[in-house]
Amino acid sequence: MKVLVTVKRVIDYNVKVRVKSDNSGVDLSNVKMAMNPFCEIAVEEAIRLKEAGIATEVVVVSLGVKACQEQLRTALALGADRAILVETEQELESLNVAKLLAKIIEEEQPGMVILGKQAIDTDNNQTGQMLAALTGMAQGTFASKIEVQGDKALVTREVDGGLQTIELSMPIIATTDLRLNEPRYASLPNIMKAKRKPLVVKTPEELGVSIKEHTKLIAVTPPPERKGGIKVANVAELVEKLKNEAKVI
Amino acid sequence: MSILVIAEHDNESLKSATLNTVTAALAIGADVSVLVAGSQCQSVAEAVAKISGVTTVLVADNAAYEHQLAENMLPLIVELAAGKTHLLAPATTSGKNIMPGVAALLDVAQISEIIRVESVDVFERPIYAGNAIAKVQSLDAVKVLTVRTTAFDEAAQEGSASIEVVASVCDAGKSRFVSEQVAESERPELTSAKIIISGGRGMGNGENFKILEAVADKLGAAVGASRAAVDAGFVSNDMQVGQTGKIVAPDLYIAVGISGAIQHLAGMKDSKVIVAINKDEEAPIFSIADYGLVADLFEAVPELTELL
Ligand SMILES: Cc1cc2nc3c(=O)[nH]c(=O)nc-3n(C[C@@H](O)[C@H](O)[C@H](O)COP(=O)(O)OP(=O)(O)OC[C@H]3O[C@@H](n4cnc5c(N)ncnc54)[C@H](O)[C@@H]3O)c2cc1C
Ligand SMILES: Cc1cc2nc3c(=O)[nH]c(=O)nc-3n(C[C@H](O)[C@H](O)[C@H](O)COP(=O)(O)OP(=O)(O)OC[C@H]3O[C@@H](n4cnc5c(N)ncnc54)[C@H](O)[C@@H]3O)c2cc1C
Repeated sequence: MKVLVTVKRVIDYNVKVRVKSDNSGVDLSNVKMAMNPFCEIAVEEAIRLKEAGIATEVVVVSLGVKACQEQLRTALALGADRAILVETEQELESLNVAKLLAKIIEEEQPGMVILGKQAIDTDNNQTGQMLAALTGMAQGTFASKIEVQGDKALVTREVDGGLQTIELSMPIIATTDLRLNEPRYASLPNIMKAKRKPLVVKTPEELGVSIKEHTKLIAVTPPPERKGGIKVANVAELVEKLKNEAKVI
Repeated sequence: MSILVIAEHDNESLKSATLNTVTAALAIGADVSVLVAGSQCQSVAEAVAKISGVTTVLVADNAAYEHQLAENMLPLIVELAAGKTHLLAPATTSGKNIMPGVAALLDVAQISEIIRVESVDVFERPIYAGNAIAKVQSLDAVKVLTVRTTAFDEAAQEGSASIEVVASVCDAGKSRFVSEQVAESERPELTSAKIIISGGRGMGNGENFKILEAVADKLGAAVGASRAAVDAGFVSNDMQVGQTGKIVAPDLYIAVGISGAIQHLAGMKDSKVIVAINKDEEAPIFSIADYGLVADLFEAVPELTELL
């Protein structure tokens, strides 16, 4: 079985973002970029499926600017076999990403596609679900466990009430939650080896997808600032304040 | 404007998230119908009929909808979307599971977790873990939205909408519900609790959460956790508050042994009053806490229980 994994290039999760003063967006100049943490979990899961003899090949895909190659190389260093970059300078909304990925799926015919449940920049949490709808594949979102059993997969999902297990007919689309696995680090020899692994570049035109604008960003503003309050000396003072000043208990 | 809201429920009772979503819908326009898709869900339909401002309740009652699996829900909602201008669902794991696929089949975008309705096509939503607010305009004929429930009040329940039966049944046959592990608790649900006390890595182990439960029992509070506490196996995943867990905004949020990483703050910084108990006076949580107590939690929390 071939497993396709998507990796998105996003701002590093440790970076505190700053909104640009003209409210046109957030300042991404000179900030550290990294693989979306949920995509790291997706890559790890695919590699474990390969190590377990269930997956035969792991293909990683990213969509965006040329620099996404860095994140693809990271995925190759972690153990993916080859990479595809769909290169474009255009901002890609989730639906456009899903349409492009649907074309790649048509070409690659994977048995499983693993995406992150959400990208930590836009916090959209959409792409996997859209891809499932467009391809007609069954979806297992927010997965904390994926078990392949022949032509079925058992997916345990992190839902608001707890955990839910569903059985899906393969091929499937899965999106990762935090507890699916703990991603490994790439070793230096593997980082060197990754430089020689195949990475092909395609364009949306080659895939026959025209990028459509569905939403317009009007402004990006900082959230209302929350001011720090006071330190209380002891528990008695805390209780007194909550009762008489804040009046919340 | 013709708006359809997807109700969230467990076939027996309506989840309050639906009430917040109806409020968001009414901020867009007056013609609001609500879909109740489930199995033997008549009591839910009746509860929805009472939501003020709802004109029609559409009930699709069939075993295929019992667990609201995406594969079966999508064709149903797409069919009912004909003639609608807006489709809304709460930004819960259920709404997030279903709505993007609906949008894709309609060839429109989905706008996630709106926190404000500016007009029929302009909405605000948080991005970058709430560190920026994006104002976006939808250019699509049908707007598919998920609603951050903490940003909208619950609609009143003094209405009397008509109930209509939806006959169509969609069973895609690609997915099957197997089992569920639902955390049973007498306490209020995290997302609608008025008071929450959350524990982090500082709690040390799951057993120690008992001291938070003692406070929760006195205050009628819900108990939450940081990701670190869930990852370490202290407590179950449904308790995680944060960017990638639950978003909460209670009247009082008490963070115990939580450092205050941006991903955690993203889930609770809209709480009215925030209390932090941490032994490290430099912990970032203090920068947003209304009342900070620098103390060892194992001494402070039991004392708190005593004084309440
Ligand atoms: C400040 C700001 C301004 C923006 N301005 C515009 C604009 O003007 N026009 C516009 O069209 N859009 C704009 N966007 C949106 C665009 O940047 C996002 O990429 C888009 O919303 C897609 O979200 P998502 O698919 O990453 O989300 P999610 O659905 O949260 O992503 C889920 C998963 O899908 C996969 N995935 C998603 N995208 C990719 C990718 N490119 N490559 C590989 N895997 C991927 C990953 O596995 C990811 O974990 C803006 C966003 C921000 C924050
Ligand atoms: C993609 C991604 C998504 C994430 N999503 C979330 C999310 O949704 N929610 C979330 O919470 N995190 C999330 N995180 C994790 C986040 O970055 C932090 O790692 C996490 O919130 C830390 O949890 P903590 O504060 O409990 O632990 P720590 O940061 O380890 O803090 C523990 C605190 O306890 C204090 N302490 C220890 N012992 C005592 C004691 N005896 N008395 C008093 N205080 C004590 C310490 O001083 C310290 O401040 C996410 C991270 C990533 C990368």
